[in-house]
Amino acid sequence: MSLVLAGGPVIPNFGQGSACETQNGWFCTDWVHEHWGDTLQPALVQHIELSIIAIAIGFVLAFALALVGFRYRLLDPPIGLAADFLYTIPSLALFQLLVPFTGLTRTTVEIALVSYTLLILYRNMIEGLRAVPPDALEAARGSGFTRAQTFFRVELPLALPAILAGLRIATVSTISIATVAAFVIPNGLGRPIFIALEQNVFKTEIFTAGGLAVALALVADGLLVLAQRALTPWTRLERQA
Amino acid sequence: MTFADAFRPETFVDAFRFIGDNPHLLLDKAAQHVELSGAALGIALILALPLGLWLGHLHRGLFLAASVSNVGRALPSLVLIAFGLTILGIGFWNNTVALVVLAVPPILTNAYFAIDGVDRDAVEAARGMGLTERQVLLRVELPLGLPLVLAGIRIAAIFVIATATIAAIAGGGGLGDIIVNQATYGLAGVIGAALCVSALAFSAALILAVVRRAVSPRQVPVS
Repeated sequence: MSLVLAGGPVIPNFGQGSACETQNGWFCTDWVHEHWGDTLQPALVQHIELSIIAIAIGFVLAFALALVGFRYRLLDPPIGLAADFLYTIPSLALFQLLVPFTGLTRTTVEIALVSYTLLILYRNMIEGLRAVPPDALEAARGSGFTRAQTFFRVELPLALPAILAGLRIATVSTISIATVAAFVIPNGLGRPIFIALEQNVFKTEIFTAGGLAVALALVADGLLVLAQRALTPWTRLERQA
Repeated sequence: MTFADAFRPETFVDAFRFIGDNPHLLLDKAAQHVELSGAALGIALILALPLGLWLGHLHRGLFLAASVSNVGRALPSLVLIAFGLTILGIGFWNNTVALVVLAVPPILTNAYFAIDGVDRDAVEAARGMGLTERQVLLRVELPLGLPLVLAGIRIAAIFVIATATIAAIAGGGGLGDIIVNQATYGLAGVIGAALCVSALAFSAALILAVVRRAVSPRQVPVS
């Protein structure tokens, strides 16, 4: 904080700001203009980074687990139960529980975020793969497909809608949970919210940072819907028919 | 905050010692936690359950049910509580309102899809036997859709218990009071309380899973 500490006792850190800022008005556009570059934009970029890394690792991990759970049915219940258990741990608690192992680092945050994506992604992948109609598998066998070919050309494409639906939910939840990461590291959109809460609940900062988090989640969801349409055009044809 | 503490795995031993040493403090905070979560979950159930069931019965409001769950998921709990703080100020109501807003979407959406997805033949048969609409909903559709309805309540309960932790920053009390106050309770206290919250959330999930299994119709495989 390079702001000069001066002015009224109410909000010392914003003593130099406009009348709206010192009186903590509902929404001070001048504050947003002034602090977009040094506060909001970096937080937004960090938030996107945190989320993308978590979703990418979570996707790869869940996919590997789903392959195992799909191939060896006996292993599915324990994997599902473990993912279920991880999902039950409150995010704030999980962040704190990891601190003794990985410290107040990005790793701590990413491990927690990844664990929350696992349940949603794993469940959707398994259900999608299991829902492939036996006729399609029969046809693949009749066409002389090998196991690998059957998986990549029949089972995976048919499971894609369910997998992408899971990816949408996981993405939106990760963006949402990543705000809590600011308890552990000074990163992401949760950071300006915490600072604003400490500074006598500075409304403008809470509304802009919070609004950005919600907007980010909705934009990401919208982009994934577009990807879903591009990757699985047949699902729309069925609905129209 | 002592950073040197943060990297010792023995902190877990200290955490359990903290739990053993402060049973009254933890029970107090856990009671507050349950009270806040219970109030929010109760209000959300009263608001969302009848609406979701009735809309599902009418097969109307798909757009509402789908968008409520989408927008609900995009609202970070921290943001909700911070917004609530600016509007309602510190206290019980800010937190209760924020938690209710979080709990409504999964309950509403699951109730809607549970009833909407009930086998139409079964519903027609019930109507043919002369059951009133109310009876159709309560005696046929609700029992058949119950597993999914309960799954929604379970998700909401986990959400609410987890978020009630964050409510501590808005004077909500509960176990979060210890978790966000490392200066007073030390890392051992923070982790001890975190363990208690996890146990609380897991017990709630377990209770609802047991209820779900007990009330599930036997012919329908539990998914």
